[in-house]
Amino acid sequence: MTDIASPAVRISTRPASAKRDIGIKRRYAAERRFRAYGIGAISLGLFFLALLLWTVFSNGYTAFQQTTITLPIEFTEKVIDPKGERTTDGKVLMTANYPLLVRDALIKQLGIDASKRPLVKQATDMVSASSRTLLRDIVVADPSVIGKTIPVTLLAEANVDSAFKGQIDLAVDQSKRKVKDQQVTWMNELASAGVLKKSFNTGIFTFGASSRPEAAGVGVAALGSLYMMLIVLVLSLPIGVAASIYLEEFAPKNRLTDLIEVNINNLAAVPSIVYGLLGLAVFINFAGMPRSAAVVGGLVLTLMTLPTIIIATRAALKAVPPSIRSAALGLGASKMQTIFHHVLPLAMPGILTGTIIGLAHALGETAPLLLIGMVAFVVDYPGSPMEPSTALPVQIYMWANEAERAFVERTSGAIIILLIFLVVMNLGAILLRRRFERRW
Amino acid sequence: MSTSFLLLLIVLIGFISYFAGRARSFAQAGGKLSNLHSLPGYHGSYVAIWAILPAALVLGAWLVAAPVYIDSSTRAVLPETVQAQGGATVELALGQVKSVAGGLKRLTAEEVSALESGSANLRSTLAAKGVALAGEGEPYMITAAQHFNAMTVTNRWLMSAVVLLIAIAGGVYAIRNIATRFRARNQVERVMLGALVVASSIAILTTVGIIASMLSEAGRFFTMVSPFEFFFGTVWDPRFAAAGSGGASGQFGLIPLLAGTLYIAFVAMLFAVPIGLFAAIYMAEYASPRLRSTAKPLLEVLAGIPTIVYGFFALVTVGPFLRDISAQLNGLVTGNYQNFIQAQSVLTAGIVMGIMLIPFVSSLSDDIITQVPRALRDGSLGLGATRSETVKKVILPAALPGIVGALLLTASRAVGETMIVVLAAGVAARMQINPFEPMTTVTVKIVNQLTGDLEFTSPQTLVAFALGITLFVITLGLNIYALYIVRKYREQYE
Repeated sequence: MTDIASPAVRISTRPASAKRDIGIKRRYAAERRFRAYGIGAISLGLFFLALLLWTVFSNGYTAFQQTTITLPIEFTEKVIDPKGERTTDGKVLMTANYPLLVRDALIKQLGIDASKRPLVKQATDMVSASSRTLLRDIVVADPSVIGKTIPVTLLAEANVDSAFKGQIDLAVDQSKRKVKDQQVTWMNELASAGVLKKSFNTGIFTFGASSRPEAAGVGVAALGSLYMMLIVLVLSLPIGVAASIYLEEFAPKNRLTDLIEVNINNLAAVPSIVYGLLGLAVFINFAGMPRSAAVVGGLVLTLMTLPTIIIATRAALKAVPPSIRSAALGLGASKMQTIFHHVLPLAMPGILTGTIIGLAHALGETAPLLLIGMVAFVVDYPGSPMEPSTALPVQIYMWANEAERAFVERTSGAIIILLIFLVVMNLGAILLRRRFERRW
Repeated sequence: MSTSFLLLLIVLIGFISYFAGRARSFAQAGGKLSNLHSLPGYHGSYVAIWAILPAALVLGAWLVAAPVYIDSSTRAVLPETVQAQGGATVELALGQVKSVAGGLKRLTAEEVSALESGSANLRSTLAAKGVALAGEGEPYMITAAQHFNAMTVTNRWLMSAVVLLIAIAGGVYAIRNIATRFRARNQVERVMLGALVVASSIAILTTVGIIASMLSEAGRFFTMVSPFEFFFGTVWDPRFAAAGSGGASGQFGLIPLLAGTLYIAFVAMLFAVPIGLFAAIYMAEYASPRLRSTAKPLLEVLAGIPTIVYGFFALVTVGPFLRDISAQLNGLVTGNYQNFIQAQSVLTAGIVMGIMLIPFVSSLSDDIITQVPRALRDGSLGLGATRSETVKKVILPAALPGIVGALLLTASRAVGETMIVVLAAGVAARMQINPFEPMTTVTVKIVNQLTGDLEFTSPQTLVAFALGITLFVITLGLNIYALYIVRKYREQYE
């Protein structure tokens, strides 16, 4: 009996204002959980961003420093030009045995016995093999240095560079690392003598491709990228603006314009690698343009950027209020005059913002460039867009495939340079928008 | 006269015509501008257009047509014996004739006459001037080359003369047209409109170009490998292009590549969709304006980072991390420190691609969620639902079509993504379901087949276009369907 009565008793003991149990506690807990998921998702996204940037910067900031060895190089005539033929035969200075000069200077500096071959080899291995061209260029530029002794700053070899930057664990047995104990001793000796030191690495900005990390830089690739960006800007801005003006202001609303509209939206979402295939088939195979040339890369990236610019420009044109148009038309301007004298200038900030963002996107694009042969080992600066060149992101791709530790550092350094370009461009776009954008 | 110099001259003539036209309209108006129908600038532009446009068009057509004509005329000069051997030999001979022609220009008159009399060797003489000849030169090549050179020179002069004449004639004709009541502005505007139409047709031309180029190259591929073998083959083993072997030596099965592509895209979506969606919901429904205005751009930075950077990130951070942690886990559980996740694997590529996709999911969904009408939200809250219940029961169902569209757009990006998978997914075309092992994708294989030396006759390179058209069709389908849904959705709430 009590079994039946007790619920009734309990109800009656509750105050009259008691609410029905609608699970408030449970529901609020669910609410809190839901909120936490949201915060968790955002923080996870930001965490990945931070991790990505940290990876790049922690690996890459050391690429902007390079270990150098400054040695007094004695340009002895006996080594460079033993037969005294340099005035008659131009090849003598080009092919002379310059590494021997470095070797002699090192032997003198470190006080090694020249007859101990393995020791001498270890010493010369500390200096980059790029010294040959460096010394050659010095001598060819000014043959009068022959016979004199001049202090020359040479690049340290990549492993010594890594060791000096503390990136190689020296506690490991020396047979398992590329820098031997003897070299480390010399390194410290040279460092305390002030001969070997770290300095700002200008090479990463000026050098071209090289199989030796210490002599590799992004200068040549950056010039290729610059050519391409110029081509993209010169072609895609006028064409994109003209196309948007037609579509937004003149085109009759019919099936054809509808088709063009759908088409442009689609082109903006076509995978970039498809543009590479297009460039390969049309520009290289059909039109016979040179492979690896910046001009083809520029054209491909132009086609890729056009939809972005058209979409941005149309939005900017749409944002100009109709009253401006009406006023101009009312004062007797033709439609063309209305658009070019009044609407376009007002839409310009929006157009330029879209253009810069499109350019920034094109600057970081890699995949289509791989297909048109820009994966090239380019050592010299291309003199024109028709010459073989490579691009900044492609250079990053090629370095990322290299196995050496020093190339990881270079790759990250190159990424930092690329990211800085992108940040500058995007900041420019944001400033432009802040400064000139009008709200009607 | 070089082409660029000729172009410069045309532009110069255009400039002069502009000022001439302006001056003439001033003169016609007798100093009173109000007498003119169009402003003097329009008259000037009208004359300049007449001077530049026809000349430039003729120049363009000439530059395209002349080499074809010169080639065919040079071909006719080749001896009958060569011509009888058919297409490939004639083309080869023509190529050699052209390099001989280039070399002849660098020789002195005596050297040329020595060559003609046969007393000097053609190949060594040219080699000394830095022109490398493939194969020994034949005596007939010298005559043909001289014919070629003569034709080129005549062609240059003829082209320059004709084009300049057209430019001047156009300018003169236009100047004579100028009168006070002449509607120069309307004419100029018509040309401008034409230019606008041409510019907007480039978008169409690009699509046509993509489809036509891919179809024609893929068509050549399908003459060597049957479409059935390509689309339903389960083995990808293209081998190397053996020199001289025309037929297909390898196997070109699409299925393993497609499986890898979809698998990696699936893992990426599995990773990106929850994070992106929750981030979008929080940003749209909960976040204070301050949080929103900082977190949203920061997340979008992820979308602005080039994909090659993500590839590098996968290569040096995520891949090794997964490999090491799997070795540790394995060691803790079984005592055997053997990694079970490869550094290059479906999981690595999927996670990194997922990170890249987070901002796409979150911005697109954010836009769509904020478009749900305020009234729906207020109604639900007014009935006593909590915010999360409103989101789950009212907003998400209302926004569902739009969100599905956004996810499809994101999926199309995942399918077409290249650089991350090139660096993180591996190159082995295998069919398996273990996400810890490497698989490869359609895009990776396009890159693999087309880097290095190419010849456009082997199925090994042409297969890239068949893969490309497959990729294009898949992404096009996803995009069109997604854009259709999103558009429908917008209309519903506008």
